[in-house]
Amino acid sequence: MATAEKVFSAPRQPILRSNAAQKLLAFAALIVIFAVFSFLSPFFATPENIVGILLATAVNGVLALGVTFVIVTAGIDLSVGTVMTLSAVMTGLTVSLAGWPVPLGILIGVLTGSVAGLINGLIISRMRVPPFIATLGMMMVARGLALVLSTLETGTIKPIYFNDVPVFRQLMMGSILSPLLAPVAPDFNLPNAVLILFVAALVAAFVLAKTVLGRYTVAIGSNEEATRLSGVGVAGWKTAVYALGGTFSGLAGVMIASRLNSAQPALGVGYELDAIAAVVIGGTSLSGGQGTILGTIIGAFIISTLTNGLRIMNVPQEWQFVVTGLIVILAVYLDILRRRRM
Amino acid sequence: MKNYRIVMVLGLLLIGSLVSACVAAPAAAPAAEEAAATEAAPAEEAAAEKPYIPVISKGFQHQFWQAVKLGSDQAAADYNVDITFEGPATESEVDKQIEMLEAALAKNPAAICFAALDTQAAIPLLEEANSRGIPVVGFDSGVDSDIPVATAATDNLAAAALAADKMAELIGGAGQIAVLVHDQTSRTGIDRRDGFTNRIAEAYPDIEIVNVDYGAGDHLKSTDLAKAVIQANPELKGYFGANEGSAIGVLNAVTELGKVGEIVVIGYDSGQQQMDAVRSGAMAGAITQNPIGIGYKCVEAAVKAINGEEVEKVIDTGFFWYDASNMDSEEIAALLYQ
Repeated sequence: MATAEKVFSAPRQPILRSNAAQKLLAFAALIVIFAVFSFLSPFFATPENIVGILLATAVNGVLALGVTFVIVTAGIDLSVGTVMTLSAVMTGLTVSLAGWPVPLGILIGVLTGSVAGLINGLIISRMRVPPFIATLGMMMVARGLALVLSTLETGTIKPIYFNDVPVFRQLMMGSILSPLLAPVAPDFNLPNAVLILFVAALVAAFVLAKTVLGRYTVAIGSNEEATRLSGVGVAGWKTAVYALGGTFSGLAGVMIASRLNSAQPALGVGYELDAIAAVVIGGTSLSGGQGTILGTIIGAFIISTLTNGLRIMNVPQEWQFVVTGLIVILAVYLDILRRRRM
Repeated sequence: MKNYRIVMVLGLLLIGSLVSACVAAPAAAPAAEEAAATEAAPAEEAAAEKPYIPVISKGFQHQFWQAVKLGSDQAAADYNVDITFEGPATESEVDKQIEMLEAALAKNPAAICFAALDTQAAIPLLEEANSRGIPVVGFDSGVDSDIPVATAATDNLAAAALAADKMAELIGGAGQIAVLVHDQTSRTGIDRRDGFTNRIAEAYPDIEIVNVDYGAGDHLKSTDLAKAVIQANPELKGYFGANEGSAIGVLNAVTELGKVGEIVVIGYDSGQQQMDAVRSGAMAGAITQNPIGIGYKCVEAAVKAINGEEVEKVIDTGFFWYDASNMDSEEIAALLYQ
């Protein structure tokens, strides 16, 4: 447990210093992975494949952004995957079935995530249910609701397609950056999904590093009791953190629906674990109090780069799981080593 | 503090009831069905003899299983029996399925329809059913033992071999192809993979399968996976997706990489996205099973077994190749589900 001084100095000196090391390490790992695959396969470092990796990171990356905040408070959110699916279904219902305007449907999808996160936060901070249990419950509730809502159209469980609103797919797969990039890199057809990921990451980084919410997120994770004793309304801020996390899940839901041109109600279980893995590889401590958005983004890229590279090398999927698992363990072990040294 | 908590609980209850109200209101159609069911309830005493047949499938939330359910419901109505249809959430939850089978046996059913996720795991319960004189009918991947009186299933090996023949025909009998399967452990996954790859190996020496991979039937993961495979094999001429999620993944990958027309995509099962792709030509064609037929035939066989009639041991529910040219024909259109 950290001391009171640590709380009051948070998130200044010690956190910045330790994270710099981890960030460097994770970034170095990403560079090494990239270099190795580029060396091993001529098909890896092509513009198209790099765009493929960026695109494959988008949904998991956005989920991981939300999870970062939660984990920095020393909490956990297991519901992000199915809340994402529920948000996708809500967008599908409003845009595709009810024919509402696309921006409104997107807003409703994102807000669905926020509401689910808000409920998580209230259950955790007001009813004192441990985060693991509360979000486990929400994971199942969201999964069930997504399936129930998907039956509204035909009475059976069925994906909702966006074929009548082709513009919706452009949200992820269109490219507003292409004309700008064309003179420098004509092959680099960067889809909007990547842009959304980076904008979301910038917003998240700003909130975590520069706002009161971010400061209290770190303080609660460092020492919740001390934070409470210093007069901070911990319950309220915690609720806000889970609501923020849910909002990112909602955004991810809109993104996956756009990418797949459909809201797939049976998807989403297991996505929370990929998101948590990205956060942990990125150096955020599961015991709370420290973590960075840059780290999380690098963590998400490490996962998708590994998956992509191993696949390009024709490594069987069984072994891909083994390698990714070992990397997660290694990342956390290095984190522990570093902290012991301090 | 205490009051506060009570308010919270009440608040949650309120939210819960609001949500259920929201859900219930638009879901008027199913509610009406339920109402009809309750109206029918008084007749229950008279129909106390109505046989009960639990149908335990490998899933319920995927469209394929919804189509199987549709067939079972139809047969239940036609033969005047009560059925329940349930299945685990994913095809790896062998334990959940065993619990469902246990619960079904406890209700003393007249017969059981069962699509085993893992036959070995279910053997003790199936033997119990056998010793109690409860006929077991296998469906879909069936039950790998002598106990079932009948099995209503697609011959997945033969169906995937047909996909291989079509692939060979469409790519001109030579070149590199890849295969994306949903998983490496389920019977359907194994049979479709082996049916396809064995046929290619036997009959088409000039075709090379450069990659066989598994995407869990997850649309997004299958998409990213297929993209990587296509990147790594620029000479790829064809790609076979062995179930709906895999096929959509392949289709998305080919579309996103702008290779529609360059890579021959062959799918499996239907669903609106695959049907649209076949119609537009982005997908060359697909194999369809007869899921409604599977559901219908298994309940029908169970009814016959209850009545002591003779049942065919293997009920081949059939499979068909469909493409833009025949998908609107009466024969095929009846098998496709959106």
